[in-house]
Amino acid sequence: MNLPLFRVQDDPGPDFNRLLASSRVAPSPIDGALDPHDYRHGTTCVAIRFADGVLLAGDRRATSGNLISHRTLEKVFPADRHSGVAIAGAAGPAIEMVKLFQLQLEHYEKVEGTALSLEGKANQLSQMIRGNLPMAMQGLVVVPIFAGFDLTRGEGRLYEFDVTGGRYEEADHASTGSGGLHASTVVKLGYRQGMDVGDVTELAVEALFEAADEDSATGGPDPIRGIYPIVATITADGYTRISDDDLAAHTQALIARRQGN
Amino acid sequence: MNMPFYVAPEQVMKDRADYARKGIARGRSLVGFRFDNGVAICAENTSSTLRKVSEIYDRIAFAGVGKYNEFDQLRIAGVRHADMKGYSFSREDVDAQSLANQYAQSLGQIFTHEMKPMEVEILVAEIGHADDGSGDQLFHILYDGTVIDEEMSVVLGGETEAIAERLGTFEQPPTLADGLRQAVAALAGPERTLTADALEVAVLERGDHRRTFRRLDDPEITELLA
Repeated sequence: MNLPLFRVQDDPGPDFNRLLASSRVAPSPIDGALDPHDYRHGTTCVAIRFADGVLLAGDRRATSGNLISHRTLEKVFPADRHSGVAIAGAAGPAIEMVKLFQLQLEHYEKVEGTALSLEGKANQLSQMIRGNLPMAMQGLVVVPIFAGFDLTRGEGRLYEFDVTGGRYEEADHASTGSGGLHASTVVKLGYRQGMDVGDVTELAVEALFEAADEDSATGGPDPIRGIYPIVATITADGYTRISDDDLAAHTQALIARRQGN
Repeated sequence: MNMPFYVAPEQVMKDRADYARKGIARGRSLVGFRFDNGVAICAENTSSTLRKVSEIYDRIAFAGVGKYNEFDQLRIAGVRHADMKGYSFSREDVDAQSLANQYAQSLGQIFTHEMKPMEVEILVAEIGHADDGSGDQLFHILYDGTVIDEEMSVVLGGETEAIAERLGTFEQPPTLADGLRQAVAALAGPERTLTADALEVAVLERGDHRRTFRRLDDPEITELLA
């Protein structure tokens, strides 16, 4: 690998994707669609705004067609210090997209000396989803949620996307994936303005539990193997993942409530 | 047909080196040193936006003196090189030594083949994973592509000999406060005192964070110098 020095007119600027494109040939287009059994699929994620910022949560299951292919898949990732992304859809392209997105934000920050605005980050992700459209037409759909703490406004913000790269800012909550419909109903019913971190975690755990109850591609909490959803909060202090011990306690409390204790 | 005048290669190289050295000596200097918990770089710089010290990667920092647009171009190329390498392979495969070699190749090439050499001197610093600092590296790269692997501390810019003499040699990596006081005194010389607003200080610090680069703000610098 040599030092990437460019002539002024060819300089890719702070854009990592353009830099990458300048150094490799684009993959040739694929014809036909893939069988869903041939690749892994990740499912349900939710984002909920609360008093200190925003929460992201996702279940852990990956499926290949009717089979469970992975029990501990992570679908919630930090994008940078003050934002995170949760993914649903074809796991391979989705995780690659997250990796590139994280790198893009860090690359921009290092080259320019300042971080992108939250709107700018959401816009970047939007363009990456749009870039995936040819793959999506072949069945490899990726639909993330983006959430972050807007340092200039001092509040959490969240964005939903569609497969064309359409970007829709939501006021209070968002969901994606095959169990997203069920999860969002639970969130909608339980949502209150200005919840604290404990209440909002409880709501997210319950939403994913109900989604897993209705949707075969969504994995519920698994106390036998010690597998719990990934839940993270993004506040003024940055991205923090909630510990499995806390999530185990929330799950136990949920089960106790269901049993009527 | 006109014949160009013959100029001895020794003379060409000497002229270019003099030209580059003159450009570098015009700017202000900087000091890089190892301290007990990492590497610190302290530059004399009154601007808070035109940086001399910056982050390249998780454990690698860059500092440059001389012509701003030239070392900034090298800085960005370094960020690109590191990010591309980390993307293609893995984050742990990005290392300062290969980056320093790349810089040396480019600077050497420009020095011998281009009209004008780059009027820059750069530092590529890296902290290793060992707690005792045994993996910490300071690579000092000159305008002609010469690479020097420095042990404890390094001075870049003009008047380097006088500053290096005032700085002395560290037997053991000092604490950050001790090292910084000594570095600032060496940069200032006997007749001046430098305060936080005329300094740009950044560290690579061992800890739990993936990205170890951190800039020190003015209050923190003032506190360390007190």
